Amino acid sequence: MAQITLKNLAHSYYPNPRGDHDFALKEMDHVWQDGGAYALLGSSGCGKTTLLNIISGLLRPSQGRVLFGDKDVTDSETAERNIAQVFQFPVVYDTMTVRDNLAFPLRNRGMDAAYIQARVAQIAAMIGMEATLDRKARGLTADAKQKISLGRGMVREDVNAILFDEPLTVIDPHMKWELRTQLKQLHREFGHTMIYVTHDQTEALTFADKVVVMYDGRVVQMGTPEELFETPAHTFVGYFIGSPGMNLLPADVRGNTAHLQGAAVPLGAAYGPITGRTQIGIRPEYAVLTQGDGLPITIKRVEDVGRHRIIRGDVVGSTVNVIAPEGMAVGADLTHVRFTPDRINVYADDWRVAPLGGAA
Amino acid sequence: MEKTQNNKAWFLVLPVLVVVAFSAIIPLMTVVNYSVNDTFGNNEFFWVGLEWFEEMVTSDRLHEALGRQILFSAIILAIEVPLGIYIALNMPKKGVWASVCLVLMALPLLIPFNVVGTIWQIFGRVDIGLLGHYLAELGIDYNYTNDPFDAWVTVIAMDVWHWTSLVALLCYAGLQSIPQAYYQAARVDQASRWAVFRYIELPKMAGVLLIAVLLRFMDSFMIYTEPFVVTGGGPGSSTTFLSIDLVKMAVGQFDLGPAAAFSIMYFLVILLVSWVFYTVMTNLDKEEGK
Repeated sequence: MAQITLKNLAHSYYPNPRGDHDFALKEMDHVWQDGGAYALLGSSGCGKTTLLNIISGLLRPSQGRVLFGDKDVTDSETAERNIAQVFQFPVVYDTMTVRDNLAFPLRNRGMDAAYIQARVAQIAAMIGMEATLDRKARGLTADAKQKISLGRGMVREDVNAILFDEPLTVIDPHMKWELRTQLKQLHREFGHTMIYVTHDQTEALTFADKVVVMYDGRVVQMGTPEELFETPAHTFVGYFIGSPGMNLLPADVRGNTAHLQGAAVPLGAAYGPITGRTQIGIRPEYAVLTQGDGLPITIKRVEDVGRHRIIRGDVVGSTVNVIAPEGMAVGADLTHVRFTPDRINVYADDWRVAPLGGAA
Repeated sequence: MEKTQNNKAWFLVLPVLVVVAFSAIIPLMTVVNYSVNDTFGNNEFFWVGLEWFEEMVTSDRLHEALGRQILFSAIILAIEVPLGIYIALNMPKKGVWASVCLVLMALPLLIPFNVVGTIWQIFGRVDIGLLGHYLAELGIDYNYTNDPFDAWVTVIAMDVWHWTSLVALLCYAGLQSIPQAYYQAARVDQASRWAVFRYIELPKMAGVLLIAVLLRFMDSFMIYTEPFVVTGGGPGSSTTFLSIDLVKMAVGQFDLGPAAAFSIMYFLVILLVSWVFYTVMTNLDKEEGK
């Protein structure tokens, strides 16, 4: 087990990349702490899988180094890195029994038979496949196969890290929850470094201590679920985390007031001069409909999602979502929306601007 | 609900029956007819029962030809299948070279059988053939017209040259269908090259390999044109395989009765062996699924 460090790492699938847009991964420095449970979150095609394959050595980065502890493994083969990886779609060795599938990585490392047997039994219990151990893997259902893949990923105790590439896509919702809980438990028990790639925010937020959000080949923010929710470092994080995502309104920020086409919105803190395209971001949870306080809103639609209602409306030309508690009457008298001042974040060219005085 | 009972639909099968009758059943029955009669021409037939069959079953000549045939098929399968797999494993997976290799591999398959025979007939000649001449230059005593062993080597080399491509191309197609994730998983699991072949590549190739073995067996068991052009079945009768013997008997000696009996048994043997092959291999497949 080791800390994984990525130094000046970048990758392009083109042999001679020209310009930033040719890079699937933009240059980055990143440290994965030993024993951390990380979720790598981002929309499809943002470079999550590329990053994972670089860590496991399936892909050699175009530039930069990969370090396990102090050891440079950039040029090491996957097999030498002793890393486990579970793929999005089940990979099982069809002609082997379930037992042999689980034992395969251990046998390849030349572990002794008694240990292998005990370890396989333990993993089989964890994934709930003890009954089918002596069956051939061929002909099993997709989620059974994926459980085998997961089991094979977890069977080695001495791996440097376990990488999961959207492993629960093919598994049905009930089992998904159970397996995730088990992964979490396994993490607590053995303290492996785990990196879990997903584009499902619930999955990411429940699995990980630290969530790493990627956007367009960049790590845009790493933080606890709370940090991602309260202070998104990039408008993408605001939009991607939360349901619905953060509201963004073009504004002109001066001091502690944002001016939106004539209307003024008080902010929780003062800001210095800002250059670039300026926006304010406010979570729908922190917007309240009022009878006259705040900005005028034109309500377009009300969606009842059970626990609360989502009001979709229009404020000075931008779409704004507001979350209203269940039971609150949404009548024609609610013509305005008020934003909680200290929950407003300010963005310049999509990146968060820290307020003066250091108040986060 | 009341269903109308009528069997008129059977008439729809009639065209197929007519076509099959003319293309297969009637010609086959003609052979059956010859096999149980003796004839001296003029469409005069004398019933002889199973006499020709008895004669053929006990014929040393046929036994020898059958022995040579089995040996030949066994040898070419033992060479072409592993060689084909080996070539398929080493062919480039994509890019320009993949296309170049595919075209090169397909070329021998496109050459007509008797042309292949002629090519090797000339290639192996000691006086003007490239192969024969240089083997002689190297001091190797090679002459496929005199020496039975040399004749066998030539015929087998020719068959390998002509048909290994088929096995290789089929295996290549099987290999191409393996998703990249399997190889990645094997690398993560620290599998050896042999384990990758044994547990990933071979199982995925099994289906096409079955077809390749069946095709190569049937074709080699019925081989006629190529050895006939190169050696004419000689020297002596050392490369006289079943088909060559059959043609000698039927056309050369005009022994239509025995030849007909021979044909029917030949046909049944191929049918039987192919069926056994198929059953065994598909069962293996099912066993593994359990």
